[in-house]
Amino acid sequence: MRTKTFGLITTISLIVIVVVLAVIPLIMVRDSEFGGADGQAEGEIAMLAPNYEPWFSPLIELPGGETESLLFALQAAIGAGVIGYFLGFKRGTKHASTVSNTNELGVGFESN
Amino acid sequence: MRNRIVILLVGVLTLVLLESRPAYAMHVMEGFLPPLWALVWFAVAIPFWAFGLRKITRLVHEQPEMRMMLGLAGAFAFVLSALKIPSVTGSSSHPTGTGLGAILFGPAVMSVLGTLVLLFQALLMAHGGLTTLGANAVSMAIVGPLIAWSVWRLFHTRLPMWLVVFFATSLANLSTYVVTSLQLALAFPDAVGGFVASFAKFGTIFAVTQIPLAISEGILTVLIMNALQQNAQAELHTLGVVRGEN
Repeated sequence: MRTKTFGLITTISLIVIVVVLAVIPLIMVRDSEFGGADGQAEGEIAMLAPNYEPWFSPLIELPGGETESLLFALQAAIGAGVIGYFLGFKRGTKHASTVSNTNELGVGFESN
Repeated sequence: MRNRIVILLVGVLTLVLLESRPAYAMHVMEGFLPPLWALVWFAVAIPFWAFGLRKITRLVHEQPEMRMMLGLAGAFAFVLSALKIPSVTGSSSHPTGTGLGAILFGPAVMSVLGTLVLLFQALLMAHGGLTTLGANAVSMAIVGPLIAWSVWRLFHTRLPMWLVVFFATSLANLSTYVVTSLQLALAFPDAVGGFVASFAKFGTIFAVTQIPLAISEGILTVLIMNALQQNAQAELHTLGVVRGEN
């Protein structure tokens, strides 16, 4: 049994769903900055354990949101680059082997 | 039947609308687990790391052609955990991307790859932390992949591949945050209601935040798996992810 793969339309529709899932909250929830949720953890923990002092702090304190978003963008870019390279490489290899197969067949045919 | 679905939908929507206070999710921050709990989670994680490292060494040695595929699994987790997506509760959280690697290589291998992602974020971005690395690895790099792998193993011969991939990775994403709340509840039990009350508190809040993200994670993994089927059939075959004639 060979599993069928999706066509272009299904692929695009799925991407649209992911985008819509991210956009709906932006429209629905107006009075929020959509801050990283773990920033608000301090508040939660402070309520449950008012006397708790974090006993270790990050080795590198980033100066602000801009630098942090730079690093997040970098992280996504590196990952996306690797994925793109992999898929491009595989696609190219597959293409090349199809081309060389047809050539070999062609040569064989001529020699007959 | 139809009525029931409508009632359910309205219920969920009301919940979502009411529950628009900021939520806690994602990783446990640096220093925010007492030393004892930090140690406990490291102790849980270490056997998985050891086993995973051995599996990776063996895989690279026996099937060097899988190195690129291994890189892909790591890269996918890298990208997805960098995507902070807004959610219905008015805060942002992110997919984990660890379900794909778990389906391809099993949970042990993913425990190592997922921890590398966590390490990068802890060292460079002050996101998560070194003292909480064990705990965050257990939630994102161990329990999530274990769930994805189990769902995959149980259903991949019976149901369409995309469906199983979707559920395996969505549930992996959800379980990651269930474990995070569990860890926080254990370390910070409610003064009155104890662990259960605290867990319910962390759990109910993040569950709603995380549902759309879990769906996104499922869809994104289905998409990458589709691309792999189109371009890397041979590798999927070798790994036993797809079977039968090529």
